Amino acid sequence: MNMHSKPIVARRSPGPDGEKIITLAALAVGGQGGGVLTNWIVAVAEANGYRAQSTSVAGVAQRTGATIYYVEMCRDTGRMPVFALSPAIGDVDIMIASELMEGGRAIMRGFVTPGRTTMIASTHRIPAVSEKVAPGDGRANGPEVIEAMGIAADHVVAFDMETIAKKAGSVISSSLLGGLAGSGALPFPKESYEEVIRASGRGVEASLRAFNAAYDVAQGKTEAPVLEEAPKAPVPVLHVPEKLKKKWAALEARLTALPAEVQDMAGLGLKKVVDYQDVAYGAQYLDMVDKAVALDAAPYDLSINAAKYCARALCYDDIPRVADIKTRATRYERVKGEVVVKDDQVLMLTEYFHPRFEEFTTTLPRGLGRWVQKRKGFEAWYEKRFDKGRRIRTDSVPGFLSLWVMSSLRPIRRRLLRHESEMAHVDAWFATALEVAKTDRKLAAEVLANYRLIKGYSDTHARGLSKFAKVMGALDMLKGRDDAADWMRRLRTAALDDVKGEKLDGALDTVRSFAA
Amino acid sequence: MAERSFAKEVQKLKQGEGETFTGEGILAITKALLENGVGYVGGYQGSPISHLMDVLADAQEILGELGVHFEASASEATATAMLAASVHYPIRGAVTYKSVVGTNVASDALSNLASGGVTGGALIIVGEDYGEGSSIMQERTYAFAMKSQVWMLDPRPNLPSIVDAVGKGFEMSEISNTPVMLQVGIRSCHVHGHFTASDNKRPAMTVTDALENPKRKLDRIVLPPATYIHEAEKLTKRKPAAEKFIVDQGINERFGNPAGKVGLIVQGGTYNTVIRALNRLDLADIYGDTDIDMLVLNCVYPLVDQQILDFCDGKDAVLIVEEGHPNYIEQQIAHMLYKQGKAVKLEGKGMLPMGGEYTGQVMVDGLGAFFAEHAADLLPVAKVATNEEPVEIPDLSQTLPARPPGFCTGCPERPIFAATKLVEEDLGEHHISSDIGCHLFSIMPPFDLGATTMGYGLGPASAAAFHNENKGGRRSISFVGDGGFWHNGLTSSVGNAVFNKSDNVIVIVDNFYSAATGGQDILSSRADNKTKQTQNSIVTAVKGMGVKWVRQIDRTYDVTKVRDTLKEALTTEEEGPKVIVASSECMLNKQRRVKPEMAKAAKDGKRVVRPRFGVDEDVCTGDHACMRLSGCPSLSVKDTGDPLRDDPVAAIDQTCVGCGNCGEVADAAVLCPSFYQAEIVSNPSESEKRRASRSRRIISWLQTRRDAKRIAFA
Repeated sequence: MNMHSKPIVARRSPGPDGEKIITLAALAVGGQGGGVLTNWIVAVAEANGYRAQSTSVAGVAQRTGATIYYVEMCRDTGRMPVFALSPAIGDVDIMIASELMEGGRAIMRGFVTPGRTTMIASTHRIPAVSEKVAPGDGRANGPEVIEAMGIAADHVVAFDMETIAKKAGSVISSSLLGGLAGSGALPFPKESYEEVIRASGRGVEASLRAFNAAYDVAQGKTEAPVLEEAPKAPVPVLHVPEKLKKKWAALEARLTALPAEVQDMAGLGLKKVVDYQDVAYGAQYLDMVDKAVALDAAPYDLSINAAKYCARALCYDDIPRVADIKTRATRYERVKGEVVVKDDQVLMLTEYFHPRFEEFTTTLPRGLGRWVQKRKGFEAWYEKRFDKGRRIRTDSVPGFLSLWVMSSLRPIRRRLLRHESEMAHVDAWFATALEVAKTDRKLAAEVLANYRLIKGYSDTHARGLSKFAKVMGALDMLKGRDDAADWMRRLRTAALDDVKGEKLDGALDTVRSFAA
Repeated sequence: MAERSFAKEVQKLKQGEGETFTGEGILAITKALLENGVGYVGGYQGSPISHLMDVLADAQEILGELGVHFEASASEATATAMLAASVHYPIRGAVTYKSVVGTNVASDALSNLASGGVTGGALIIVGEDYGEGSSIMQERTYAFAMKSQVWMLDPRPNLPSIVDAVGKGFEMSEISNTPVMLQVGIRSCHVHGHFTASDNKRPAMTVTDALENPKRKLDRIVLPPATYIHEAEKLTKRKPAAEKFIVDQGINERFGNPAGKVGLIVQGGTYNTVIRALNRLDLADIYGDTDIDMLVLNCVYPLVDQQILDFCDGKDAVLIVEEGHPNYIEQQIAHMLYKQGKAVKLEGKGMLPMGGEYTGQVMVDGLGAFFAEHAADLLPVAKVATNEEPVEIPDLSQTLPARPPGFCTGCPERPIFAATKLVEEDLGEHHISSDIGCHLFSIMPPFDLGATTMGYGLGPASAAAFHNENKGGRRSISFVGDGGFWHNGLTSSVGNAVFNKSDNVIVIVDNFYSAATGGQDILSSRADNKTKQTQNSIVTAVKGMGVKWVRQIDRTYDVTKVRDTLKEALTTEEEGPKVIVASSECMLNKQRRVKPEMAKAAKDGKRVVRPRFGVDEDVCTGDHACMRLSGCPSLSVKDTGDPLRDDPVAAIDQTCVGCGNCGEVADAAVLCPSFYQAEIVSNPSESEKRRASRSRRIISWLQTRRDAKRIAFA
């Protein structure tokens, strides 16, 4: 539209007395309190003998969209400067981003200029809907944005201000103000910020705590809360009753016989499997891992995947499993912490269940289950009578008891119809992987990792199974190729990327085209 | 009105002579109306002018003292028709709405009002929602001013100028017997600044006075032959009077050195951006002092030919800075210059972009190009060339997720669209017509529902053509909000569907407020309102229109029920439109109302139950099917930190309001049993506490007994 190939780089010039206009933009996600923040900044500026103006486009501010606020200020020399009403590309002195990707968006919009802009960003994430709906992990690449900040900005103050605010019992506007004050980008003393917070009158103490904590981090006086790639879960601890100690010790001994690389994963897997079923199940699991190890060599990627995905495959999600999790003592304590229940409060807990005919019949012993499945009349009766959502109060004895009874099916799980079909599926998959491992260990490792596609319950589970079957169906076309493992991984990634499976179909078409 | 109080803002409206008013642009206009003796105010809410309506609605007391009548109009057409009070009576009236959508609705009344003209000053404050961040189609109100021959002010975007324009607008209206539009951009409406207040003035004649002394003048009524006289009057009397006023009062401002060989003609609203661009080009200081000759049009219609010609006289080149398309001002000026045989080079669009907001960099580029071409000697050398080597900034466009607006946490409209998704899974895709309002977020992920939006209250109307010849064939589904329903939908959409025997399905999304514009009350609102009659039933209205098949759903969170009702509507053999009224209170407004109440009750020692949802992360498998049917901000993903798991699991954060959608959706769609509802009871009764502790003991005993026999995570 414009005749220029490159935008003109033009800087603001100061006033006659050397007074300069300072421009400050804030990009926020709706509902984060960007309005409060800009009001504070204007008040701080005015308290320090500056003239200031703020604007915003607040149309959909409350409704989760990205919103921009803009402030200009200038030392008061008796005349009113002509302040602009919106941030301009290349003309922003201070950019505040209240979320990591919004910081990235500010860069993309040209509001972060090398040699000019101080970038104050909170590095926490609020995933957008598009990141949340992927069947796999659809989250955007955070480190890439942090790296871009370092390149685009003159000075970066980036840390997790949301966590700081939460710890102080406040909201992010307070810690962003602290980050701003601590960055030194504005020529105002710290006390003037604190005065303004005090004058605002609501939640003053918590706001000041968050402000000061962020101020200290921005000043380098204290460490920022560490931004971990992925939080490390504490290593789970097993409770082993006296009677079972010997058997458990025998299993643990088997672990030490595994290659060192495999031990960590196999250890976790073993605990998970034993917790899920029993000691014998753990032995069955270790047999599978052993088989993989026998075909493997350093760095043992195949065996590590076997340790990981066999554990998952063996611990399928059935009704006894869900009932077990929901009736554990540890679970009740965790929920109390999550929803914040104080000692003088009472917690009521309602579980949402919707067992369909399939779940009901597969939780029956094999013969009975199969017999019932064939009774169409019974199915119709069940659907009419039972196929609906159930609300179960697990804080009450009757509700708890109903789940507790279901969880008590655990000892006879091996005789249930579901177990039969699951094991048939697992055995076929694992045998295929071992077969492939004889010629292509990398590919075999990917075949094992395909178990990641199977998840969810009812329809979602069925969809996962069909995707798994589709991806596994490409195995014959890929065998023997140098890049077989790579393609197998790509197919899986495509399957995890979208729900409808269009990406997977596209990738499969490509595989077919070069296989033909 | 609504659940928000504007008591603080109302206090500002009471300020008197010499006090410094501090606040945003739209509030400054509200104050200016009172200072200028306005007799009545009306309007329809919408960004960016909602605030004016909200504050006046809470300011009944001072309006009463001053004898000013205020009402929230049913639509923009109603608001504009309200200005009829200024036709025969010397009463100043003002109405306000969002433009250009509001002006579209108002245009019938506007033409009639403009034809007969006014005696009292009639001011139409239009919030021009144009440019980045706008929520509507990009058009200009300017065309309405031209075709109806009403005048249009576009003051410089600072509070004193905007306030001044209100008073000048009334005077101009009275002197030229013409309604005047005061255009304020979205950023001007929200700009925070100061101005020196004056005392509020009681209107010389109130609407009560007028009612007690009715008057009529036949020649002011829009009927032939008067209409022909009106047209002639516009051209021979009213427009010249307006032009004289513009010149006499110095409405348009001249800055810079009049001897300059190049000049700028700019709309008042763009003045600040122009000055900033000049400053960045080293051609103006931060206070706007410049040598560049500028004519700032605070009145953009009509243009005074002589003023423009005088400005252009002796210049080599003139740049018109006119935002938006078409370039009406540029065309008029070109016409003036051509007719006078002037040789001055006229620049405008081309040098500046044809459309889009004239933001900072656009203005720097446009002005830079203009000076480089026509007055290169003015530009400092450094500014002519792009001499700074740009740093290569990584391209993040593939990394950054889009963040379109969506439903709030706990929004009652979310389950309606989750249910619609489930119906489509069963019955296949349908043609879906959407409407204006929060419910339009259904077109965004994760719902991706809705094909068109044709205007406020016109959702069902825009499905009118879809008549299926097959009796049992597929029907269209259309959505309309309660706001749109009362604004226009009752007749244009529902009445039309009844009359034309439509077989389609209409869903009226009733959230008790005009929620998208800030939670104002409407006819069917459930709250008691001292100055309004609320609690008028949508169902009764729809039945009154002749709809036979009507279903009321009182709790939209019941996804199963919404799904089944919608399914029934799509398959029933009953003829005529099928109307579902899906009602639940806007959660944003509900929280505003309920939160303080609950906090107070808890503090007073009363039993209070706070619901919240959670996810058992061991049960969640990380397939995110729940999020594909939700999009709730409080339902998100988190890492487990468990090396055995690859994908993040669902997690619900502290902002959850416990609306129940998660559980209902999991239930209706048979997703997974990982959701639980926690209800935290503050100040439980003694018997409740005893019961709870007894249950805990029994449960504990069962748990210990089981754990003694197995290996399990501690």
